[in-house]
Amino acid sequence: METFLHRIDEVGAQERVARLFSRSIKKESKINALRTILSMIDLTTLEGKDSPGKVKQLCYKAAHLHDQFPHLPTVAAICVYPTMVSAAKTALEGTGIKVASVATAFPSGMTSLEFKLEEVRMVVDAGADEVDMVISRGKFLRGEYQYVSDEIARVKEACGKSHLKVILETGELVTLDNVRFASEIAMEAGADFIKTSTGKVTPAATPPVVLVMLEAIRDYYKQTGKKIGMKPAGGISKAKLAVQYLVMVRETLGQDWLTADLFRFGASSLANDVLMQIVKQSTGVYQSANYFSID
Amino acid sequence: MSKRENIKKTYKLYIGGKFPRTESGRYVKWIDPKNSTAVNICRGSRKDFRNAVVSARSAFSGWCSKTAYNRSQILYRIGEMLEGRRSQFMDELMLQGESQKAAENEINQSIDRLIYYAGWADKYQQVFSRVNPVALSYFNFSYPEPTGVVSAIAPEETSLIGLVSIVAPIITGGNTVVVLASETKPLCSITFAEVLHTSDVPGGVVNILTGYRSELLEHFSSHMDVNAIVYCGSNKDEIKIVQEKAALNVKRPIVYSDENWLDNKGQDPYRILNTLETKTTWHPVGI
Repeated sequence: METFLHRIDEVGAQERVARLFSRSIKKESKINALRTILSMIDLTTLEGKDSPGKVKQLCYKAAHLHDQFPHLPTVAAICVYPTMVSAAKTALEGTGIKVASVATAFPSGMTSLEFKLEEVRMVVDAGADEVDMVISRGKFLRGEYQYVSDEIARVKEACGKSHLKVILETGELVTLDNVRFASEIAMEAGADFIKTSTGKVTPAATPPVVLVMLEAIRDYYKQTGKKIGMKPAGGISKAKLAVQYLVMVRETLGQDWLTADLFRFGASSLANDVLMQIVKQSTGVYQSANYFSID
Repeated sequence: MSKRENIKKTYKLYIGGKFPRTESGRYVKWIDPKNSTAVNICRGSRKDFRNAVVSARSAFSGWCSKTAYNRSQILYRIGEMLEGRRSQFMDELMLQGESQKAAENEINQSIDRLIYYAGWADKYQQVFSRVNPVALSYFNFSYPEPTGVVSAIAPEETSLIGLVSIVAPIITGGNTVVVLASETKPLCSITFAEVLHTSDVPGGVVNILTGYRSELLEHFSSHMDVNAIVYCGSNKDEIKIVQEKAALNVKRPIVYSDENWLDNKGQDPYRILNTLETKTTWHPVGI
């Protein structure tokens, strides 16, 4: 494999982010942005204590975000652990909301390839429309890029028709150079989406990291004509930050990417904050979390 | 050598334990009655208020779970710190137009009021709790709990004693507060924030805004994450706004009209009770 490293200018990335984040989105545009964000959310629960009951409840929330406020979109998908896929699939039947499952020994990825593939086949059989895999960060940092690439390709094969999201876990990749390179490996190996983080490591999605990944997607599109999706995840809980990310996507990749097919937010509490902002925009009254469902 | 310039204080807001300028960047020029000094006062916006409510909400769980004894100590500490800054408050009160005697009296009253509520902090629970007679085999009791986040419109006529008289009973009861200072006499309010800041009051428990009452009143009354509003004044139109908007989330409106805060009648434990809610518990017995 060609190991050509893009050198990322970290200060430049931060300055670009600062410029993009200073945009002010108001009124009509803000409402449109907020609604778009809702439709892009992968509503996520990834806890050891998750139960079919909790997943069922979350699925209801996914389809009925805030029934007091009519004509809201639903979220794009529910993201759960492998053993919860069938519960989610049943609960979401007929809603059009997709089921995403993490797999490949999420979040660490520290197991053999055979087990990972077995896990992927298991979630696909259970009905997962999307598979969120983690890359082997240890191997990547040791320079075993070929292994990382082959692993992604094998997982993609095992996914069949299901979409594959590749989690880079950028919090463990140390530098932006690595983030860029890992993005390229993932896209070339067959990722449909690249995703920043598991949400189990800090820092999770940071704006410079997202910018670097978006630029990798843009360059890959220019070279190959293939549109790869992007999913920042972890730590995005405020509507304001999500709107700023939309600006970043729009300015880096263009209008085409402002759809749930190509851009997602992995988040558990973002939806409620966005809902509060939408209700605030329409009533003029600042809202309280007390009046929105917890899950 | 060139003549030394005095360094003047920038009067800012107090939100979440920090002293930010207003996010709106707006200022009101304040000039003292004798026309000797001009000061820029932040014209706080609805977004400053929103930020302050977020701070107050996040400070609430920590403040209400402190022991009553600890809250009492902190209130006493505010009194101590105010005493230590006596001369600064004297200057500001006199700049706002008070005589030396009146200023001295106002500071004394303010300190005493803090000590008064410090004393009540670990006593009001017993006084306002009760055991209720019921005809079933239950032990039935009621006791007061803090309401939550309280917004407050401080008295317009007085600068320090008004603010202290409003804020002290609210935080004594374990609530957190966002208070709008007097529009015409704002100096002491921000200086009082400096006192709070050095008294172990956790950031966000008291948030102090300056600005126009007419602009902010509606938001103070309507915010869904505010659980009670204390309004000081006797403007009928304003009271109507407070009561109507408070109904949105059934927040408790408390109106203090025509109070003489300098008098001892300006303090009593029922003012603590005003921003408390009563919880009743049925506990099975004799089974």
